[in-house]
Amino acid sequence: MQKNSTLQRIDWITVILYLLLVGMGWMNIYSASLGDDPVSFTDLDKLYAKQLFFIGLSLVLIVFILSVDAKFYERFSSVIYLLALASLLALFVFGKDVNGARSWYAIGGFSLQPSEFAKAATALALSKYLSDIQTNVKLFNHQLKAFIIIMLPALFIIPQPDPGSALIFTALIFPLYREGLSFIYLLLGFIAAFLFVLTLLIGVYWVSAAVVLIAGVLWFRKRKKKRNLGKYVIITGACVAFAFSVNYIFNNVFEQRHRDRFNIVLGKEVDTKGIGYNTNQSEIAIGSGGFLGKGWTKGTQTKGNFVPEQQTDYIFSTVGEEWGFAGSMLVIFLFIWLIIRLLILAERQKQQFARVYGYSVAAILFFHFFVNIGMVTGLFPTVGIPLPFFSYGGSGLWGFTILLFIFVKLDSSNFINR
Amino acid sequence: MRKLLLLGLTLCSGLVFAARLFYLQIYDTSFQKLSESNAIKMVYDFPERGYIFDRNGTLLVANQPAYDIMVIPRNVKNLDTLAFIEDLGITREDFEERLEKAWVYSPRIPSPFMPQLTKEEFAAIQEKMYQYNGFFIQKRSLRDYQVAHSANVLGFIGEVNEGIMENNPYYKLGDLIGMTGIEKQYEDILRGVKGVQYIQKDNFNRDIGPYKDGIYDTIPVSGKDIVLTLDAELQAYGQLLMQNKRGGIVAIEPKTGEILSLITAPSYDPDYLVGRKRSRNYTALYNDSIAKPLFDRVLEGQYPPGSPFKALTSLIALQEGVITPEERISCRGAYYYGGRKPLGCHAHRSPLDMVGGIANSCNSYFCTAYRRTIEKYDTPQEGIDHWHDHLESFGLGNYMGYDLPSGRKGYIPDSGFYNRSYDYPTYKWYATATISNAIGQGEVTMTPMQMAHTTAVIANRGWYYRPHIIKQIKGVDTIPGKYSEKHYTTINPEYFDPVVEGLFDVYNEGTAAYIQVPGIEICGKTGTAENFTRIDGERVQLTDHSIFVAFAPKDDPKIAIAVFVENGYWGSRWAGRIAGLMIEKYLRGEISRKDMEDFVLNGSLEEEYAKPFLGVPFEINQ
Repeated sequence: MQKNSTLQRIDWITVILYLLLVGMGWMNIYSASLGDDPVSFTDLDKLYAKQLFFIGLSLVLIVFILSVDAKFYERFSSVIYLLALASLLALFVFGKDVNGARSWYAIGGFSLQPSEFAKAATALALSKYLSDIQTNVKLFNHQLKAFIIIMLPALFIIPQPDPGSALIFTALIFPLYREGLSFIYLLLGFIAAFLFVLTLLIGVYWVSAAVVLIAGVLWFRKRKKKRNLGKYVIITGACVAFAFSVNYIFNNVFEQRHRDRFNIVLGKEVDTKGIGYNTNQSEIAIGSGGFLGKGWTKGTQTKGNFVPEQQTDYIFSTVGEEWGFAGSMLVIFLFIWLIIRLLILAERQKQQFARVYGYSVAAILFFHFFVNIGMVTGLFPTVGIPLPFFSYGGSGLWGFTILLFIFVKLDSSNFINR
Repeated sequence: MRKLLLLGLTLCSGLVFAARLFYLQIYDTSFQKLSESNAIKMVYDFPERGYIFDRNGTLLVANQPAYDIMVIPRNVKNLDTLAFIEDLGITREDFEERLEKAWVYSPRIPSPFMPQLTKEEFAAIQEKMYQYNGFFIQKRSLRDYQVAHSANVLGFIGEVNEGIMENNPYYKLGDLIGMTGIEKQYEDILRGVKGVQYIQKDNFNRDIGPYKDGIYDTIPVSGKDIVLTLDAELQAYGQLLMQNKRGGIVAIEPKTGEILSLITAPSYDPDYLVGRKRSRNYTALYNDSIAKPLFDRVLEGQYPPGSPFKALTSLIALQEGVITPEERISCRGAYYYGGRKPLGCHAHRSPLDMVGGIANSCNSYFCTAYRRTIEKYDTPQEGIDHWHDHLESFGLGNYMGYDLPSGRKGYIPDSGFYNRSYDYPTYKWYATATISNAIGQGEVTMTPMQMAHTTAVIANRGWYYRPHIIKQIKGVDTIPGKYSEKHYTTINPEYFDPVVEGLFDVYNEGTAAYIQVPGIEICGKTGTAENFTRIDGERVQLTDHSIFVAFAPKDDPKIAIAVFVENGYWGSRWAGRIAGLMIEKYLRGEISRKDMEDFVLNGSLEEEYAKPFLGVPFEINQ
């Protein structure tokens, strides 16, 4: 009975969007990993066969998630969060070393990447904390606790090293903002990012000069309020100091490969043979697709494996090449629809827990989508994060499936007169 | 407001991505091309270049296989550089330089690393090639010359340069193309069309198989053989006669305009410019600024024609009706006009009619005839222009339209030229100011090719086909239509008879009597052209050029010839003998006047050529 009512109440639009994205993702993985060997869906050496297996397991996971009582997720969110943190920490001891990175557990023939699951766990914990009747996001003390919940897993993930996955957690600032966090935090974030890029582009001295000039002009126009002078000096000083620190960190803390990635996107160095190879090949693959693409499994770039990591982080380049502008736009449309659908659902939640969680899911998916497509189309530096539901990999698919379907479950149990 | 932030960002990102994808996939089409060069390898199949034969079916140019070591820079991995450079016999620096050059061209497209190995070199390195990732061997065919002469006619093939590749996308780096001569002129016919196979590659540049099952592949079309109008035997003989001399020989079959012989001296063995030694040898030839072996004297050299031009002066005067063949004109050792310095003549009997005038090459006779021609009209301008138009009808003062890619127009002045020179109408000029034209000096210049052609026209008594060197394209059987169009001059055929008689008497009793070839009725004309150079900025006269034009036999001309020998003293001395020998060789196949042959073969003009460069005073014509 319970099950039936769940099935009636779940948001089928979300489920269908999910199935469409997973299905399209698999088609592209199939094309990207199709070799010369005969096609076999049972041979698990084939990536497409393996992904099919992962998708099958995801469906099992979905049934499981939907059968559990919605209250469970709220009640045990702290436990789940702690388990996730423990699994991240244990990586340093039991993790499998892959190319110098300890991001994986090896279980039999399969690998699990706990950071993929930590996203859902952190979203749950944050939702739990924010929905606590005693929590007030306006208080600095509580803001700090919320930030700690968000940053803790990120801090564990950075040294794996996997800065890309860690970066995703900053997406959770969106639900915080939705729940009343001052806009100043977001603004500071944007200004910092702006100064960061500007410093790299035109140099620290020009940025400093520009900041001082703007501050001077602003102050001069409002000079009647002389007492504001100190404020201007402090803000200007902070901006200049930030610019200098960016300059310092970029040149002394970043490794060359990080610098290269930024420089390529900023157009400062064009090196298509070395570090810029991924992005360049990806652009060629997408660009060669034209309006209608070369057709499924007909992509010359895809067949020739020119784009590195094509099944995983660069899967969208296959879409671009084989399905063309039309297909790419369809995929982007589906993603945007899904994210907006989630935002609408989140706003409709009666319980704060479900609302914050829904918002978190939307924010995480958005961040993945935004950074990944931006990277593949050459707009952003190379940041190794997958495209949800599309990229090859069991952990990723399961992580996103769990993340999404917990919300589908929460939403269905809040079903009142919709 | 708070609800809308993420919603807004999501929509914005959608717009940004749509714009970016539009730019990448629709607006900027360069990615399609990049993709092709990236993922599809084109393998070329070069057809064999067409053979070249002479008019008697003698093979002149064939092919030999050559092997290029090609490199795909991106695939060069784990190279045992030391062993590799040792096998190729190059230095480390050389290796780095070649590889760098290939990188610059393209990391993925093959470029020639070491072109044109010989068979022996190929055999030595072939079995080791598998060790050297990124390098492979591309077979091409090189020219294999069966003769050691005619380099100026045959031309050579070389690797295409950037300019050619830009203008004609057919050619890719490392492809060969005809650079000069026949090879350039008939490039499209000789070359054929290379075939191409499209091979799908993966990112390690490994072949996966034919792209789209080979539907875009083409098979090569082999080049066509061509037959030239040249007579290889005559060509070889002429080259021999010209040894130790500078100048040229052009022989034309008057009835057809076919070029029988085209010799420039000094020359070089065409094999010098085959294969890898080409660039070194070419530089050496190019840098020889004294003998100028690359300068085709018969096509590109423009000289005052000298006395042979007098035949044209006669023809024009007859056509204009200002003189008759019978009229006798006296000569007092020089032509006096307008109180100026006289134009000198040499000792001969006087007075002379036209036949005698030509036979004795009397300057006074032709100055008179020329002056009457110009002064027939009210103004010298009109006169000169009529004279110019007659010469134009012979094809002079312009490109000849023959099928070789080099040449000069020569120069026939018209009234505009003299008006400019004399600043008309501020200053007036008269026929006498241009009187040197009468005897082929002055402003008139012609190439030896044009001299031979003019002789052919006279031999035909007033008509001609354009000179050409293509006789047959095998498998096509037609040659360009312009070579079967008959052209007529503005001179009536009957006026040629007294001129031909005069040219015949040159041999009978005139300036070439001592170089007669018994049994062949040759008509000819000697020429002795003054020439000057600058030494240390000073104008210095050098030994006269020796010029001779002739055709034979008189009544059924089979060969018309012009011979030009730089600093050869006077017309009959060198050029006249060579012309006689060439005519006999062509008509009889053997030489009866061995004395003449010995004189030419053993004679050398190298001393003359050294004179201006020795830095010591010298006298000319000694």
